[in-house]
Amino acid sequence: MAYLLQNTLTYTIPLMIVALAGIYAERSGIINLALEGIMIMGAFIGVLVVFSFQKSGAFDQDGAMALMLLALVIAAVAGAVFSLLLAFAAIHLKADQTIGGTALNLLAPALALFLIKIVCNQSTLGMYTGNAASWFMLKKSDFGITGEMNLLQEVFLHKIYPTTYICIVLYVVLSIVLYKTKFGLRLRACGENPQAADSLGINVYKMRYTGVLISGALSGIGGFVYALTTANCASTANVAGFGFLALAVMIFGNWKPLSTAGAALMFGLCQCIAAGYGSIDINGDGKFALSVLAKKLGDSGLDAGAVFRLLPFVVTLVVLAFTSKNSRAPKAEGIPYDKGSR
Amino acid sequence: MKNTLLDMYRKDGTKKVLASLISIFAGLVLGSIIAVIVGLTGNPQSFSTQSIFDGIRLIFGGLFSTGRGAQGQLTFGFNPSNWGNMFFRAVPIMMTGLSVAVAFKTGLFNIGTPGQFLMGTMGTLYVALSIPTTVVPAWLVWLLAFLAGTLLGAIWGAIPGLLKATRGVNEVLACIMTNWIAGNLVYMFFKANTQLQCPPETGKTGYIMVTAENGVATSKMGLDKLLPGSQVNGGIIIAIVIAIGVYVLMNKTTLGYQLKACGANRHAARYAGIKDKRNIVLSMAIAGALAASGASLYFLSGNAEFAWTKIYQSLPEEGFNGIPVALLATNHPIGVIFSSIFMSMLNINGQMLQNLTSYNKHLSDIIIAAIVYLSSFSLLIKMLLSKKKKEKAAPAPEPAKEEAKAAQAEETAAPEETAGDSADAEEG
Repeated sequence: MAYLLQNTLTYTIPLMIVALAGIYAERSGIINLALEGIMIMGAFIGVLVVFSFQKSGAFDQDGAMALMLLALVIAAVAGAVFSLLLAFAAIHLKADQTIGGTALNLLAPALALFLIKIVCNQSTLGMYTGNAASWFMLKKSDFGITGEMNLLQEVFLHKIYPTTYICIVLYVVLSIVLYKTKFGLRLRACGENPQAADSLGINVYKMRYTGVLISGALSGIGGFVYALTTANCASTANVAGFGFLALAVMIFGNWKPLSTAGAALMFGLCQCIAAGYGSIDINGDGKFALSVLAKKLGDSGLDAGAVFRLLPFVVTLVVLAFTSKNSRAPKAEGIPYDKGSR
Repeated sequence: MKNTLLDMYRKDGTKKVLASLISIFAGLVLGSIIAVIVGLTGNPQSFSTQSIFDGIRLIFGGLFSTGRGAQGQLTFGFNPSNWGNMFFRAVPIMMTGLSVAVAFKTGLFNIGTPGQFLMGTMGTLYVALSIPTTVVPAWLVWLLAFLAGTLLGAIWGAIPGLLKATRGVNEVLACIMTNWIAGNLVYMFFKANTQLQCPPETGKTGYIMVTAENGVATSKMGLDKLLPGSQVNGGIIIAIVIAIGVYVLMNKTTLGYQLKACGANRHAARYAGIKDKRNIVLSMAIAGALAASGASLYFLSGNAEFAWTKIYQSLPEEGFNGIPVALLATNHPIGVIFSSIFMSMLNINGQMLQNLTSYNKHLSDIIIAAIVYLSSFSLLIKMLLSKKKKEKAAPAPEPAKEEAKAAQAEETAAPEETAGDSADAEEG
């Protein structure tokens, strides 16, 4: 059970934080299809930071936490800078936001692969020495726990990356900012009715830039967290569609932080089952119930991993079909703001 | 003479082509800048001033590269294998480009091409490898495989269309979902159908057999004699014929007119008695069929291998590359022929870059992405340009000293242009 929860959390955290990135962009009125691309950039830059500082010997294993924080911050900055491309095209040049986002999705893997090959002459950029678990993972001994643990301790205080805490705190804080502050209200106003917001003295351009930049920074963080926790701190210029999955999470969560977190948990569970259905022991009786199910699926020609991977997308499609008539999507998303069209 | 040139310049189509050319040029320049930066900051053992120069020459003219000469210098000339491979690789992106273009013309953004491409791959490979050519003649198997792939793609494309028409679901979101569903479905299909996989003793694990194993392959139509040493086949001719067919369908038939009318204004079209829901589904189905037929033509070439083990986490790039192809062609079916060949030339240039220098082929992907980014607002820049000139034509308020000088210089340089634009302004 603890294993299942822990792995679900591993997949949920990047999904959740990137879905929040989507919320920030869309609530300010910009469709951010580039989540995937920005994640790829964040993952690449974060891993590059770890790689180069390890190579130069600036950090040894004692300074691992500082190194990780540094990588996280630089990944966030990189994501924000990269998303500026989208913001500039979408806000100032009034370009088609879906095409701009698609361009970034094409650009990110190309740029990352190109640079990875230049940096290390192969198609995967990993850590210079050691592995992610021994450097960055927190064990129960770090919390001073000896002996038996209860379920909660086992999930949250053992074999966990500190990025999990950082992301949860960020998520909570930014959700509160979006709903309980003046800034959040203004940002949301720009996504619903920018003309009205402008008439009340809110600078729509500035708000939308802020929304996209926060979105980019969060996606960058999400990308690095994905690389760190699921790929052993390595970047192959691919985040396996997590950016698009986060988009689905956001839609499923109705553009609201709390329900989005719930959706992320559900989708994370699906991903976790898809990745490890053969080794998950749900109730701790030593039997792998899910692998029995997987075998049954396999007998009828279905691959359990693929079934669980595509389930979230199917569910989202169905939800879209049934809710789009009264969708809660921001009203002005995707429409370039034109002062003249009041 | 000058007047006819000006007339041509004032045509909307010419401006569109110009905007595309500007995007292309800017993309190539960006690629060169990246090459210079990487060359100057990279490992001095692999990059020198000479290699930067070589890299830039290959970015622009890799198609004409014939390798390195005796002294290690780059040689250029007619390289039939490069030309043939360019046409070969243009086929799938020409079809996905057509798919995106048709959808655009009808007001839909078809980002679902990767999924449709995968469904086409699945249908085509299954039929082409399952019907024994000892029983059924090979040309019939070819045709059946092509139709199977295309049909599956049409169905796959129709799903987002249906959701859009009946439930009002944003087609971009629906397409993204169907893409990843397709990735997992096709993975599942090929995992279950072990008889289609390359046998382990060939050492090619993770690949699906080529259709030539069953004796099914597109006819070369003599192109291999024209361009020896390349993978070119009749697929390029079929693709061009399809592109012309799409042009006729969209511009010369009632159906095409109806589809475009729905794209321009769905409600007005309905008011005019056009069945808007049916047409939305239909245009997505046509788009899906086109994207899938790209996969059919590509894999029916007989020697294209399909790597199936990772498709659930990275969708085929031929699908996404249809977007830049369509954008560069400003969604014109005939333009797609040229833009897809151009894109594939960039691809060849990248390959030559990888073979002959320390740069790698992903530089050409960066250039393509930059071109998409630029073309997302190239039409807008075009509009801005005409707007600026209109302002100039109108009596301007007293500008500052320097500005006045510059404006004067510009005006003396192009008096006709200003005149032409004032005519433009009058028309508008």
